[in-house]
Amino acid sequence: MKVDIEKANLEAASRMLRSKPVLVDISTAGEVVPGLEKKTVLHAGPPVSWQRMCGPMRGAVIGGLILEDLARNREEAEDLAASGDIIFEPCHHHSAVGPMAGVVTWSMPVWVMENKTFGNRAYCTLNEGLGKVLRYGAFSAEVIEKLKWMAGDLAPILGEALRRHGEIDLKSLISQALQMGDEGHNRNRAGTSLFIRELAPYLVMLDEPREKIARVFSFMHGNDHFFLNLSMPACKCTADAAAGIEGSSVIYTMARNGTDFGIRVSGLGERWFTAPATMVEGLYLPGFSAEDAAPDIGDSVITETAGIGGFAMAGAPAIVKFVGGSPRDALNFTQAMYEITVAENDTYRIPTLDFRGTPTAIDVIKVVETGILPAINTGIAHKEPGIGMVGAGLVKPPEKCFHDALEAFVEKYGE
Amino acid sequence: MIKVLVEKDSYYDSVFLMLIASEVKKVPGVEEAVVSMGTEINTELLREIGFGCPEIEEATPNDLIIAVEAEDDQTLEQAFEKARELFSRKKIQRESAEAYRPVSLDTALKMMPEANLIIVSVPGRYAFREARRALEGGLHVMLFSDNVSLKEEIELKRLAAEKGLLMMGPDCGTAVINGKPLCFANTVRRGGIGLVAASGTGLQEVTCCIDELGQGISQAIGTGGRDLRPEVGGTMMLMGIEALKGDPQTEVIVVISKPPAEAVARNVINRLEETGKPCVVHFIGLAGAGSSSQSTGRVLYAGNLEEAAGMAVALLQGRSYRPRTFTLAEAEVKRLVEQEVAGMSGRQKYLRGLFTGGTLADEALILFEREIGGVYSNIQTKPELLLPDPQRSKEHTIVDLGDDLFTQGRPHPMIDPTIRVDRLRKEMEDSEVAVLLLDCVLGYGSHPDPAGAMRDSIVRAKEKAKQRGGYLAVAASVTGTEADLQDLQEQREKLESAGCIVMPSNYQAAMLALRIIQKGGGS
Amino acid sequence: MSTKNMNVEKITELFSRDLIVINMGLEVFADTLKKEGGRVLPMDWRPPAGGNEKLSSLLKRLGR
Repeated sequence: MKVDIEKANLEAASRMLRSKPVLVDISTAGEVVPGLEKKTVLHAGPPVSWQRMCGPMRGAVIGGLILEDLARNREEAEDLAASGDIIFEPCHHHSAVGPMAGVVTWSMPVWVMENKTFGNRAYCTLNEGLGKVLRYGAFSAEVIEKLKWMAGDLAPILGEALRRHGEIDLKSLISQALQMGDEGHNRNRAGTSLFIRELAPYLVMLDEPREKIARVFSFMHGNDHFFLNLSMPACKCTADAAAGIEGSSVIYTMARNGTDFGIRVSGLGERWFTAPATMVEGLYLPGFSAEDAAPDIGDSVITETAGIGGFAMAGAPAIVKFVGGSPRDALNFTQAMYEITVAENDTYRIPTLDFRGTPTAIDVIKVVETGILPAINTGIAHKEPGIGMVGAGLVKPPEKCFHDALEAFVEKYGE
Repeated sequence: MIKVLVEKDSYYDSVFLMLIASEVKKVPGVEEAVVSMGTEINTELLREIGFGCPEIEEATPNDLIIAVEAEDDQTLEQAFEKARELFSRKKIQRESAEAYRPVSLDTALKMMPEANLIIVSVPGRYAFREARRALEGGLHVMLFSDNVSLKEEIELKRLAAEKGLLMMGPDCGTAVINGKPLCFANTVRRGGIGLVAASGTGLQEVTCCIDELGQGISQAIGTGGRDLRPEVGGTMMLMGIEALKGDPQTEVIVVISKPPAEAVARNVINRLEETGKPCVVHFIGLAGAGSSSQSTGRVLYAGNLEEAAGMAVALLQGRSYRPRTFTLAEAEVKRLVEQEVAGMSGRQKYLRGLFTGGTLADEALILFEREIGGVYSNIQTKPELLLPDPQRSKEHTIVDLGDDLFTQGRPHPMIDPTIRVDRLRKEMEDSEVAVLLLDCVLGYGSHPDPAGAMRDSIVRAKEKAKQRGGYLAVAASVTGTEADLQDLQEQREKLESAGCIVMPSNYQAAMLALRIIQKGGGS
Repeated sequence: MSTKNMNVEKITELFSRDLIVINMGLEVFADTLKKEGGRVLPMDWRPPAGGNEKLSSLLKRLGR
């Protein structure tokens, strides 16, 4: 063999485990996201053209262009998007991640996460809340107004509180949240609570009108998924640390854009291996059914990539019911994930498995060999832009991505 | 009416699926039912028997196929309902199980790092890779799978020898290690006799005879049927003997195999002599009670499986072995033979031996060939005596129903007695049959009631012979122990109540059948 | 095959320990051991790469 694959994989896993994601700042995308320009629109998942984008992502793009004053309404936005003047890029190509449509534009506030061990950073917008929001493809006046409030009030206030508090150790918060019934992808209630608790003493001391601060608190409190936009960049800068290791078959990126599902492998550079996104199997909110569902979408699968989310499902019994399974199913899913990963996490642990570390660092070779695909818990978006979440469930990524990645890996490193 | 269902990504083992198929076939009105994984061989078979369709074309080895042909839609529904019920029973069983079932060997080893032995019974094409991984992981291996190439076997045994690990197989169906039965094995008393065998049912017969004599076994190591071929050189046989040499529990060593090539035989005998322990060798087909002139007196040669047990027990007890053919007194045997022959018609002159155990068939065949010759079989070494149509007996015939010829897509006759019952139905129409010779193998892996399964057919066969103005003799033996999960006593009684003469061993049953043929002989 | 110095210590050692078994394949063999009070870990074995020829040969090129 040309390389010691096992050794390379152990190195990749080790880098993930040694990573320490820390929240260092809030800023705006234009200021901190590398390579972002006024006419750049970042999106979730692997590269996709405007023509191929699904409904919710198109809606989010429209909203983004309107937000940046590049278009005044839907028609203008669509024309602009199709004109070739807009640069569409995956968040992943700019050290960023975004949930659902994952659209990031110049003026949007972003969390700044730093991997203290290796120095690399990751960025993510703040979570808008549920229902009619940009990430589900809504772009109405209310949506734009809320985004402007987030940039004008929410982010600066949180930013100031954060500066007074100092950096927040996200690894520690995630670790605690996992022991409180969260899994960091579909269930983030504990994480959100811990985060509010962390900043509360500093928020109340700010020199701002009480109503404004109260609104910030209410906003966070009313959104159980607020923490998702922190766990995601934490996982992103963790997974990125494992990228680019010669001979490693560890997967450092998994992402979807609503059209395609894509993965990237450490020893194969920045090449994407994509296949059509699959449909999520799950439970639907009252009034909705499988017919309403959009295909799998979002960068939030970065959580599974870093060893939480679906990989910590055994510790999140509430999720299990939501995804239509029994506690036994949740245990089995997690157990199966140990078959396809390189390491057991030394910080993120699962109480119901005797505090065993979560399965971390997915090995594409093992995925193909065992036929076990990574288990992903995810929300289901409505296929029409702007309606919102219609359910949640389990999704199996398309196996073609892994087969193609294996083939490329063998071409490069095999006998 | 035909219905085909393909369930993606649902792997089940072949025996489980075949048993489901045989249950579904029992639903009245079902003409054909196939339940199998979508491997190339299986999908081809399905196409050949008329189940070809696009779903089958696309099926992969990881997909489950249920294909049923029935006389009408309602029956089809019942058949599928039956299949669903059987599958869900298994699912419920598995869901209430405690631990996760690992998919990969790596995970199994992580879950159970203290594991010391693995039983591998996966389809032959995957077996080499898995067995090699197991050896590399430091596990002793029981390799039940067949269809492993000779080259692969040689490599596995080379690796096993290098690591000092057991590699029992490929095609090893029987072993008993530390008193624990592996695959097809009987529950035998623990004691001082250690065995190494290149034959599954041979090992079962000898261990059961030892148990019947009130003694027990320390270890029963299987080597797989090809171990003593010159290319393999008896590697596992020699390692087994060496291990028993160093085992304080083992006082007497027994070796069972088909006659090996000269050089291999010499190595085996030499190694036996070097153990310093009393040894018994049975090369199936080679006669030889008492010691051979080539041995030092410590290695005795047995003439048949039962004798191997008898000699070993005598050695263990420090007395000399008294060779005898029958347990019953000669006068009693004569009386039995006369009784059986009395009602026979002039047309009746042939033996039909229907066996589920390969070595038991072998033992009978060799005996009959030596004494009267001209015995047809599917396991004949003489090409002129190979059965032209294995499904049809000819003159004197002994069949090994466990042969691949009979077990395509069907479980082995030790598991599923219907193959033998089907054959019995054919034999009973033949007015020239004088004696039926049967084995009946008990123990783990075997059918829960092999005697019961063939009892009705035996009764009917005897009736038919009587209606034709003749008499059908049936000789049988039951290979088992008191402790086996099938009731040994009850199994014997079921056969006796059907009119069988049940002898204490396969050899004695064959000898009795021989005497009947010789006495009767179409007179 | 050299049979002079056969290393069978591990086998003799096995004889003095409890069998701790992994079952890869037909389930009936695991059931047997359980009935006899043996320790056995049944596997959920399936063909590597789902029996896919192309993927199997790719895996072989990685030495697996």
